[in-house]
Amino acid sequence: MTKQVRQLDRVIIRFAGDSGDGMQLTGDRFTQETATLGNDLSTLPNFPAEIRAPAGTLPGVSSFQVHFADHDILTPGDAPNVLVAMNPAALKANLGDLPKGSTIIVDTHDFTNRNLTRAGYNGSNPLEDDTLDAYDVHQVDLTTLTVESVKEFGLSRKDASRAKNMFALGLLSWLYGRPTEPTISFLERKFASAPDIRDANITAFNTGWNFGETTETFAVSYEVKPAPMPAGTYRNITGNVALAYGLIAASVQSRLPLFLGSYPITPASDVLHELSKHKRFGVVTFQAEDEIAGVGAALGASFGGGLGVTTTSGPGIALKSETVGLAVMLELPLLICDIQRGGPSTGLPTKTEQADLLQAMFGRNSEAPLPVIAPRSPADCFDTAVEAARIAITYRTPVMLLSDGYLANGSEPWLIPDIAELPAIEADFATEPNHETADGEREFWPYLRDPETLARPWAVPGTPGLEHRIGGLEKADGHGNISYDPTNHDLMVRTRQAKVDRVADIIGPTDVDDPSGDARILVVGWGSTYGPIGAAVRQVRAAGTPVAQAHLRHLNPFPADLGDVLRRYERVLVPEMNLGQLAMLLRAKYLVDVVGYNRVRGLPFQSSELADAIADLVSSLDQPDHDPWQQELRR
Amino acid sequence: MTTELPMPGLRDVPTTEEPQTRKDFGSDQEVRWCPGCGDYAVLAAVQGFLPDLGLKKENIVFVSGIGCAARFPYYLDTFGLHSIHGRAPAIATGLAVTRPDLSVWVVTGDGDALSIGGNHLIHALRRNLNITILLFNNRIYGLTKGQYSPTSEAGKVTKSTPMGSVDTPFNPISLALGAEATFVARTIDSNRKHLTGVLRAAAAHRGAALVEIYQNCPIFNDGAFEAFKDRDTADAALIPLTHGQPVTFGADGEYAVVRDHASGAFFAVETAEVDEARIHVHDAHGHDSSAAFSLSRLTDAGHLHRAPIGIFRQIERPTYDDQARTQISAAREKSGDGDLDALLNSGDTWNVA
Repeated sequence: MTKQVRQLDRVIIRFAGDSGDGMQLTGDRFTQETATLGNDLSTLPNFPAEIRAPAGTLPGVSSFQVHFADHDILTPGDAPNVLVAMNPAALKANLGDLPKGSTIIVDTHDFTNRNLTRAGYNGSNPLEDDTLDAYDVHQVDLTTLTVESVKEFGLSRKDASRAKNMFALGLLSWLYGRPTEPTISFLERKFASAPDIRDANITAFNTGWNFGETTETFAVSYEVKPAPMPAGTYRNITGNVALAYGLIAASVQSRLPLFLGSYPITPASDVLHELSKHKRFGVVTFQAEDEIAGVGAALGASFGGGLGVTTTSGPGIALKSETVGLAVMLELPLLICDIQRGGPSTGLPTKTEQADLLQAMFGRNSEAPLPVIAPRSPADCFDTAVEAARIAITYRTPVMLLSDGYLANGSEPWLIPDIAELPAIEADFATEPNHETADGEREFWPYLRDPETLARPWAVPGTPGLEHRIGGLEKADGHGNISYDPTNHDLMVRTRQAKVDRVADIIGPTDVDDPSGDARILVVGWGSTYGPIGAAVRQVRAAGTPVAQAHLRHLNPFPADLGDVLRRYERVLVPEMNLGQLAMLLRAKYLVDVVGYNRVRGLPFQSSELADAIADLVSSLDQPDHDPWQQELRR
Repeated sequence: MTTELPMPGLRDVPTTEEPQTRKDFGSDQEVRWCPGCGDYAVLAAVQGFLPDLGLKKENIVFVSGIGCAARFPYYLDTFGLHSIHGRAPAIATGLAVTRPDLSVWVVTGDGDALSIGGNHLIHALRRNLNITILLFNNRIYGLTKGQYSPTSEAGKVTKSTPMGSVDTPFNPISLALGAEATFVARTIDSNRKHLTGVLRAAAAHRGAALVEIYQNCPIFNDGAFEAFKDRDTADAALIPLTHGQPVTFGADGEYAVVRDHASGAFFAVETAEVDEARIHVHDAHGHDSSAAFSLSRLTDAGHLHRAPIGIFRQIERPTYDDQARTQISAAREKSGDGDLDALLNSGDTWNVA
């Protein structure tokens, strides 16, 4: 039987099941197959904070969404075209996100009275009533088919049924013409030490593929051609791995040993895990007793001439703030990576948010400025980490890097950079005294500054003649001894600020995307909203309305020309996954009446809602009485 | 000098042939402790003892937290870092792991180490970092002007406890032993010879060395250690511990320490009253810390009339920093130095022409 193959330009698939069903692995494998095929792609894992919530319940549902296309895409997609639901709870939890007419592939095995009730389908079965009438539903007893297919390996029923995610993966791989070799060789590696489990998984995977190919259930399969992408070697990468690689690259480029002091916290722990694999690069990973010790040890490493790094999420930043303030005072390089999550307090550990911007800017006692920088996509975490290290080392300052849960766990194809093109980073340690006293003696002054950068010398222990003492007490300008002098304190407060402001000298102007030059509205974002904002801007432009986009990597200092850029447009829209933190900074600094679009749902923006927000603002332009702030409040 | 005494703790720290004197270790900063403060005696002992180590002075780092004692690094012409309250052990951890060629000292007080920094102290001890921690215990908060500390005796009347403190104090030696410390000692500011001897042994130790120094605060807790300083009472108050020696004290060994076999606790008796074989012989090198712990309990919990001094425990255990570095060299030996290009190109890759 030859089945019809239909061309599609893009597809959004969501795999959903119990948190023990292996949906993240299934999604990862499908993504890897898709990457190998050359589609552009973007992924969104979404899982509960509980490791194993009660089986079959709504809180226990874990999902993985992958968007792939034959063209350049920016987001994991607003709504899935295809839902793979492994049980009633997965169906119920995700159905609301599915547009009518979408495809549902459902494992019917668990649709028993007990499980239906557990999922909140009281007394009804959505597979039998009219709940799914508007959808293209494929009912398959995946579990039974899997168990039957792996009988020969003599596994327990429980172990056998665990391979059902591979059956589903095989079926979806057939449906979308994905290559199977990468997954088979992955399974061979993963289960090398357990041959029966390995064989069961491979068999389930192949059986799933064959099921699509041979049965009547699926009449059509689909093809999504590779996307035209710049030439080069690619790999798929998550934000946390890209961040870890960026830190290693910064260590290599600066020839400073990387020291990570960290305490496990979602969603940052994977950076610790990744870096701990790379000891061959001289990387030390120190799992500290708490967040404070993590950053303290990193600062100690920096004092000793290492590249001190700490990784955490928002609650950890709160704990680290006093030490970060010390780093501001000591003027030593230090990287603080905040993988933001929903808050306040413990908040939503596994969900994304970008509400730590003001904490990063101001969350320390007194005037304690530091550069703040944010990646805009998973792969961009690499470049941002290198950039953060370059700033920290050049200016002898702690730098805050703001990633988030969406970037951390989301993935995209990454054009692997040529390492010869990476920026050189010079530690430029002090080696000799830098000051001559009135009686001609040479001394070392730890707070004598470079006139251009205002950076102080980095004199590491072990350098003869440069013995000096530094600490958290205010320093006298130049020689750095303790000083309580009022004028000196005023000078030092202003100098520390001026030094951070001077980082603007090396970051370049605002990158504004305004292809027609006719836009009246500028959309300004930062961090992980780049994808949804970019996709929304494309939609609005495609509908015939020019709109400009600027995405800020540098949140402190801002690019020197940002005020002029903002004032060039009639309206500035600032979408953020917080209640208007960047908007507050822009309004305060530039007195520009920017308009916020703010949603704090623990999920990335949908591009469609942002396109609507842009369109609303465009249509308000010629209404004289319009007050966008009031409109925002009414939402 | 280092050849005369085995100094595994300083094994990787470069030495100098240049003769050093106490003056070489004094900084240009005016010392600003209160007149009569015990910190002066400790500073003098440290400045006097550092030349004996023969280390390059640029390879010595003193890290401190907050409190009167935390000013210590400013008065030494070595590298110094006066950090924030309680965090010195954490900062020293990163420094010691990154730089095996440094002699890293932490100077802390009873509030800094045992209150706000208690967590870092116990973890530095259990990890056995190659650092030396000098815990100045004056049993009071000095810099904040006289509140009770975690080592103040219960019932202590201070500005913050006008009706007496209701806190049970820590015994820092018991705490350190419970935290799996490999070197635990106590000494006293007024006995320069004992202080120097303990410091030398602590510096020689490879691993975390905790030295509790009884240190008088003449302003807010004067006389806390009077029993140990008064010639008439000192002999009967201080129980000197020497590895391999029977534990006796008092004039001419008048008193001896014996163990109650039922409870395992130690107590003091008149030496003449017991069979010599019953007198406890101190073993600082035994891997079981029970006896050292029991000896630490001979310290009065209330106002101090009696306390053991000397090295309670001194055992060998691999240090965190050595092991962390060994893992790196092992990984490099096994698979070679990291290759950035290979790392970035690892995993499933594909080419676009």
